[in-house]
Amino acid sequence: MDTTEIIVTLVGLALAAFVVWYFFLSARPTTSAVSSSGGVQQVDITVKGGYSPDVIEVERGKPVQLSFYRDEENSCSEELLLPDFSIRRDLPAFKTTLVELLPQQAGTFAFTCGMGMLRGRLVVK
Amino acid sequence: MEPTTKTETLDIEGMTCASCASFVEKSLTRTPGVQRAVVNFATEKATIDYLPTQASPATLKEAVVKAGYGVTERDPDTSAADRQAEIDQQKAVAYGKLKRRFWVAAGLAVLIMPLSMLMLWPALMQQMNMQVLNYGLLLLTLPVLLYSGREFYVSAWNGFRHRAANMDTLIAVGTGAAFLYSLAATVVPGWFTRQGIMPEVYYDTTATIIALILLGKLLELRAKTQTSAAIKALMGLQAKTARVVRPGGQEVDVPIEQVQLNDIILVRPGEKVATDGLIEEGHSAVDEAMLTGESLPVEKRGGDLVFGATLNKTGSFRFRVTKVGADTLLSQIVKLVEDAQGSRAPIQRLADKVSAVFVPTVVVIAILTFVLWFDLAPVESRLPLALVNFVAVLIIACPCALGLATPTAIMVSTGKGAEHGVLIRNAEALEKAHQVDTVLLDKTGTITRGEPAVTDFVPAPGQDAGALLQVVAAVERQSEHPLAAAVVRYAEAQEASVIAAAGFQAIEGKGAQAVVNSQPVLIGNFRLLEEAGISLPPAVRQAADALLAQAKTVLYVAVAGQAAGVIGVADTVRETSATAIKRLQAMGLEVVMMTGDTPQTAAQVAQQVGIARYFAEVLPADKAGKVKELQAEGRTVAMVGDGINDAPALAQADIGLAMGGGTDVAMEAAGITLMRSDLQGVVTAIDLSRQTIRTIKQNLFFAFIYNTLGIPIAAGLLYPFFGILLSPMLAAGAMALSSVSVLTNSLRLRGFSPLPS
Repeated sequence: MDTTEIIVTLVGLALAAFVVWYFFLSARPTTSAVSSSGGVQQVDITVKGGYSPDVIEVERGKPVQLSFYRDEENSCSEELLLPDFSIRRDLPAFKTTLVELLPQQAGTFAFTCGMGMLRGRLVVK
Repeated sequence: MEPTTKTETLDIEGMTCASCASFVEKSLTRTPGVQRAVVNFATEKATIDYLPTQASPATLKEAVVKAGYGVTERDPDTSAADRQAEIDQQKAVAYGKLKRRFWVAAGLAVLIMPLSMLMLWPALMQQMNMQVLNYGLLLLTLPVLLYSGREFYVSAWNGFRHRAANMDTLIAVGTGAAFLYSLAATVVPGWFTRQGIMPEVYYDTTATIIALILLGKLLELRAKTQTSAAIKALMGLQAKTARVVRPGGQEVDVPIEQVQLNDIILVRPGEKVATDGLIEEGHSAVDEAMLTGESLPVEKRGGDLVFGATLNKTGSFRFRVTKVGADTLLSQIVKLVEDAQGSRAPIQRLADKVSAVFVPTVVVIAILTFVLWFDLAPVESRLPLALVNFVAVLIIACPCALGLATPTAIMVSTGKGAEHGVLIRNAEALEKAHQVDTVLLDKTGTITRGEPAVTDFVPAPGQDAGALLQVVAAVERQSEHPLAAAVVRYAEAQEASVIAAAGFQAIEGKGAQAVVNSQPVLIGNFRLLEEAGISLPPAVRQAADALLAQAKTVLYVAVAGQAAGVIGVADTVRETSATAIKRLQAMGLEVVMMTGDTPQTAAQVAQQVGIARYFAEVLPADKAGKVKELQAEGRTVAMVGDGINDAPALAQADIGLAMGGGTDVAMEAAGITLMRSDLQGVVTAIDLSRQTIRTIKQNLFFAFIYNTLGIPIAAGLLYPFFGILLSPMLAAGAMALSSVSVLTNSLRLRGFSPLPS
């Protein structure tokens, strides 16, 4: 193995380790819902290459209102899916789309784009 | 004194589903001074009764805003249908942009490709300055990268910031790497030659990949819009205006949003019924195919229900509005189909798990491919080989096909089901239906019509059948008993002329009496005649006994103190039942019947329709138990029922099918609702489910096999044995084809048509 090969191998392995850590292992910030005066738990979510915030904590049994603002035109994020609540919604670009649901059971429920690539989690406590 | 209330109607902005409406409603109801608030999601209107001393339009608006919605001044442009139109328009614009980007990329790629291949002709190459050619190619590639491919890079960057990776990440990293390498080879070729590497450029790879992926996206977008065509068609069925008859008799055309409960609406031949209601006057044949899949028009007269979006054929009628907006049957069907399309099938779980980790895993594989090629290939070609294979892995691994496999098939088939009157609650129900091996039918209302009908009309010797039927019908027309209704229907079907009856009197538990043609007439059970001291001649008695032996209900008729005949009434088997049951059996399913009737009646019906196994004398409470009994035998059971008392059994079954639109309770408990009262719907539902699951399995197989084979080949696994390497451009072509082929396969379900009855 010459020096270049050693450098390429080490850089390659380091990059691979970074990808694994960055996408799978690093901690994600969790956002809790804000309760409005009407007892509705509200969360604003921006959609741009992903959902931010993407981990949302809500309480069980109280209505939840998620407002998705899609800040891009990229077709990947044009559809929103909350399969556990049977919700499929088109998210128009540069507009806010409200999604309401009533979580009756505790657990973690995924929300994704139409093809399941962009992902977020709704944690019901 | 009762305080005077005021009514205010507000146009609500921003509601996207029925629960939004309840949010707004709650907020309004809690506002001091509000006595009643009703929010209609479909019409996007709130009607509020309030005390003007405590509340004002301003405080009402405030309450709506507090709930997170807006109030607009009356503007017809904000209806749900219009918003859908806006989304469609936005999609059309996006499609147009994508098309332009594709043509720019394709046009330039067509120029770049032959120029890059000049090296294949050494004689030509010698006359060409390599440096000038490379700069020329760079200039041609830049617009492809910066205009056509821009979205990939922006999206990949946005995704990276959110720690999310999608298909754009793969394309951006792949084409970006090829471009940057080529850029370096163009700008500092000397560095490459000093390392003993030919300064090759890959502008053709970059441009072609972008062009091919855009082509794939274009085809995908076009196919995707077709998957939701059925639901759009359903939504488009709603009438736009209604002809309301004002109390003064004046007829006014009003927009459908302004129609209110209890309005009287006039429908003329050839017009659409505007909303759901009850016919008050007139009669007609109505085409309900759009809601029930029933191809024959249905006769409607006073007291019958009509539904919005159906088509009035022959006569004109007036109906009273009973439901508007989101409560109408059409809206409920649309909602149900939309919900089903948003649900996930269990079969998708594996694909979901894979796509969640897919892209980062592929990036890691691509990096390792690069390292291995760099370390193992001959020094002079290791960098280009490592790069080409790195790019090929990234490009071929696009998970589009995986992501599209299940949802597109479900979208098409739930829409298709709705078109044929089969409403599927969710993807899980669709998946369950194909596993069924036993169909349990509740006899009454499913195999049979569920209402009594005259099967035999036997006049006593010497009686004229036609005249007797007129007399009988004259009495029964005045009665409200279901058996009387059966007799009237029979008389109408025989076109017996209508004559008058006087002095009608119902005799509780026995029958009725009246005077027709100045002769007293008695119709009822045996006791009625017995107590009137009327004896039966032997012929009449014999006829009655024969009917009783067939488990039929017998009505005895006496005219002027003499027995005049008997009428056999029974719940009759639908014409389509036997054929449908035969079809189910031919599909390899065992059909079992259950009924509350006596074993004798049960046996007779079972034999008539070709069922070998049945449960008789089953009490309503025991129906679910019978389902459990079959399940204990290791069977996967589909239960078909139509009433409230079937709900526990429908819920207990592996899949419940509620029939005839069903009651709301039955619909709630069932996975599938059949809009038409006909067992043929069960055949259609199971057939559709089987075809859909087959399509999904094919799709998943293609998607998985394509990635599991494609990635190792792109990584160069075959090279040591066969010298085969996958060109990144071929990888791009294959990738574009994979999602298009999965979509095309799903769209084949659009050709589904139920077996003819």
